[in-house]
Amino acid sequence: MAEQAIKLGGKRKSIFIDKVKKLLPEGGNLNLCLTCGACSSGCPATGLENMDPRKFLRMAALGLDEELTSTPWIWMCTMCYRCVYACPMKIDIPALVYAARASWPREKRPKGLVGSCDMALRNMSRSAMGTPPEDFAFVVGDVLEEYREAQPEFKEMKAPIDKKGAHFFLNQNSREPVTEPDEMVPLWKILHLVGADWTYGSKGWAAENYCMFLADDDSWKKIIETSIDAAKELGCKVFLNTE
Amino acid sequence: MYQYYAKWIREGKLKVNSDWNKDLKVKFTVQDPCQIVRKSYGDVVADDLRYVVKSVVGEENFIDMTPNKSNNYCCGGGGGALQSGYKKQRLQYGMVKDKQIKATKADYCIAACHNCHSQIHELSKYYGGNYSVVHLWTLLCLSLGILGENERAYLGDDLKKVAVYGA
Ligand code: SF4
Ligand code: SF4
Repeated sequence: MAEQAIKLGGKRKSIFIDKVKKLLPEGGNLNLCLTCGACSSGCPATGLENMDPRKFLRMAALGLDEELTSTPWIWMCTMCYRCVYACPMKIDIPALVYAARASWPREKRPKGLVGSCDMALRNMSRSAMGTPPEDFAFVVGDVLEEYREAQPEFKEMKAPIDKKGAHFFLNQNSREPVTEPDEMVPLWKILHLVGADWTYGSKGWAAENYCMFLADDDSWKKIIETSIDAAKELGCKVFLNTE
Repeated sequence: MYQYYAKWIREGKLKVNSDWNKDLKVKFTVQDPCQIVRKSYGDVVADDLRYVVKSVVGEENFIDMTPNKSNNYCCGGGGGALQSGYKKQRLQYGMVKDKQIKATKADYCIAACHNCHSQIHELSKYYGGNYSVVHLWTLLCLSLGILGENERAYLGDDLKKVAVYGA
């Protein structure tokens, strides 16, 4: 359905798709498309901005680089990989989408994403909400205290931060400490019951990473490294991603 | 996380059971977070997730979505969509998920991923499905009898007063 909607312009540079192919193992199979449409028929973003994954790929193959790198559709695709899963040739369309995101000047990318990424870079928490480590520690301590007092079965419950040698390094989405601290408690209880030896890190405790979605590779890496380094420094064995 | 939940249940460290739901028969479905299922661990972890869910809500009270596991649809909250500002499109994207959930007729959708949780919660309100959207940790604690009344922000009125710890 999409093919006839593509208007062929004069210049066919195909620079963009070639660049992306070089970055991917097997070139992301980007030139193996059978135009079967399995990707598009199972993509919830099909139809948004008059775009769909097959059309996006065809446009890339036709060298319509300008259209490719200017459609806001790339911010509506969620990189869910269902198209790759459905594709008989396992063509990595989301990698192409990611590259298109990265081709936008940083200041032109969606403000919410830029803002969340910049927030995370502000301090060592790496929280998209900008919560500094001391605020996190305060909330955790405060909530823990309250529950230990109110619920006798849990008076020994712990929620350590920077505990050396703990087995698990657990991260935490910022929404809980900032807006609904009680929601942190059920997981603490579970960990308490099973006797898990775990810790948060004052550095890199925040689980979210909007720099990755922003396609800002350097910042993405910086955020991940903060958490990994924190876990290593404490000697933790398992990096446990929260729900 | 789900692998550990499943392991701890199998090892008997988490003594969950679904008795609380034997008579209530509240129905649950579950979202497969793309990042954890399709993009990382595949159906193995989707099976663990279902094992945990069935252990806490009762096998007969679990209704799967179609399609499911690695073949499930994205909720539309991933990839930065929650912060990218294209709200109208994000909700339109989520229509697929909303229809899937409604088709199960479940009262609750379990979303054990923060992104999915926010997005599906919004879908439920926006499209008027009014199903509740819960974290898995909430249900684990409910089934263990250790969920206090302040830890029930995402439970519907039907479960606000069920098996309250300390009550
Ligand atoms: S599913 Fe794969 S082969 Fe089929 S149209 Fe999409 S990209 Fe091409
Ligand atoms: S990764 Fe993007 S293009 Fe592929 S199915 Fe998901 S939303 Fe659609």
